[in-house]
Amino acid sequence: MIRTDLFVSVSPHIKQDVTVAKIMWTVVACLIPPLVLSMFVFGFQILYITLMSVGSCVATEAISEKLLSRPITVKDGSAVITGLLLAYVIPPGVPFWMPIPAAIMAIFVTKVLMGGLGFNIFNPALIGRAFLVATYPVAMTTAWLEPIRDASVFKYAGAGVDAISAATPLYVLKHYGMSAFMEKFGSMSAIYTDFFIGLRPGCIGETSALLLLIGGIFLIWKKYITWHIPISLILSVGVLTWIFGGETLFTGNPLVAVLSGGVMLGAFFMATDYVTSPTQKTGKLIFGAGIGALTVLIRLKGGYPEGICYAILLMNSLTPALDQWFRPKRFSEGAKI
Amino acid sequence: MAKSLAQEFAKGLWEEIPPFRLVLGLCPVLAVTKTVENGIGMGLATTFVLVCSNMLVSMLRKIIPSKVRIACFIIIIATFVTVVELLMQAFAYPLFLKLGIFIPLIVVNCIVLGRSEAFASKNGVVRSIADGLGMGIGFTISLGCLGAVRELFGNGTLTFWETPIQIFGPSFQPFAFMVEAPGAFVCLGLMLCLMNLAGSK
Repeated sequence: MIRTDLFVSVSPHIKQDVTVAKIMWTVVACLIPPLVLSMFVFGFQILYITLMSVGSCVATEAISEKLLSRPITVKDGSAVITGLLLAYVIPPGVPFWMPIPAAIMAIFVTKVLMGGLGFNIFNPALIGRAFLVATYPVAMTTAWLEPIRDASVFKYAGAGVDAISAATPLYVLKHYGMSAFMEKFGSMSAIYTDFFIGLRPGCIGETSALLLLIGGIFLIWKKYITWHIPISLILSVGVLTWIFGGETLFTGNPLVAVLSGGVMLGAFFMATDYVTSPTQKTGKLIFGAGIGALTVLIRLKGGYPEGICYAILLMNSLTPALDQWFRPKRFSEGAKI
Repeated sequence: MAKSLAQEFAKGLWEEIPPFRLVLGLCPVLAVTKTVENGIGMGLATTFVLVCSNMLVSMLRKIIPSKVRIACFIIIIATFVTVVELLMQAFAYPLFLKLGIFIPLIVVNCIVLGRSEAFASKNGVVRSIADGLGMGIGFTISLGCLGAVRELFGNGTLTFWETPIQIFGPSFQPFAFMVEAPGAFVCLGLMLCLMNLAGSK
């Protein structure tokens, strides 16, 4: 069957102006609002951490590509995204040099050595975080800050890590239970509002569900990402927490689970990374649901209070298999003749 | 084609240096190289077993029936591993405690069996000794380097004779990652990469 309504004319063809660089810089723009909010919630020192992270990622990419005599691809913005995302999954109270080794690990080992953008198996920013958790476990699990509710944005500027530790919602939930959680963070409606806006202890860029949601929906509207991974991820975290998260079955609180930790950031900006996620719809749905299931498993049964980082990394390694298993059928494939 | 005795010895030092060139026997390489001392200790123990087992296998190569040769090699290797284990308990007990299970595991180290099968069972005694010595020293150097890099970055120290020497100042924040298992893989991969880079020029 030849379709007569589709034809290829002679050149010149109309080209879309969507390039890798344009997509990447749009994603960067979508990631800026949560950073601005975080500056007022956790103090201006997080700006140093973020700038350090972005700067060292870009520098690592430029230097390593120079050394390997490859074309320098800094302009496509992917190193900037890695730098931003790396800073977003670091607690706000860490020393400002901490992103540097993680950036080298993320860009050089995870991306450039694998062959550059498009060839990395794992999400570089998350490898950076996993590296930091293995290397500096104390800073990475205790350097949380209480949100600033007045205008004293320089409150934490000079303080050391030990002096200023707070507990994240998931930590309190995991180790002290729901009643302690309510005691610390207020009534349920206050919790929902604060968590939705971003007034809670957490990593630099993961706290504001609202701004991440706006950025994510903008990307979906621009058709840069599809809804499959974020929706299946968030749904599976919510549903599985609702079933298994409480004292008895079906008593867990799905909204708190989705609004705390890095679910929003992971769902819209990390799991949807083109390179490390499946390309087909079925694969994407399973990918998202798998990340959600692993996240809940690590949260409820694992050693860490939050598991989305490892969940995404584990599912990243399944991406080639998912692409292989859920290939779309070729025309007339499997049909009986 | 036939190599001189010196060449048989020297090939283990760079050309076929284990474990980088042959990529064999990675289990002890990854597991015990948390410090320089452990790495070198493990390397020397393996060298002893390699030299002795190569010698004995080469001596008996005409007698060993080819159908059961692997079993015979393992018995010979196991004998020398027991010897080295007892020697270490007698003379280097703290090191023995640190290396622990990995000393008995030299029996199943692919390098030792590999040299018996690939070299000693086909060559004369002197050449087999030279081969075993070269491979063993190469293995020791590799493990020492890997251990040095991992300990230096993972802990900020270098350990010789039970005394850790601080290399970096007290303000150094060690990369604990390097002494963990994933650090061993990453470090091994990077060293392999550097060796290939040096070899390709």
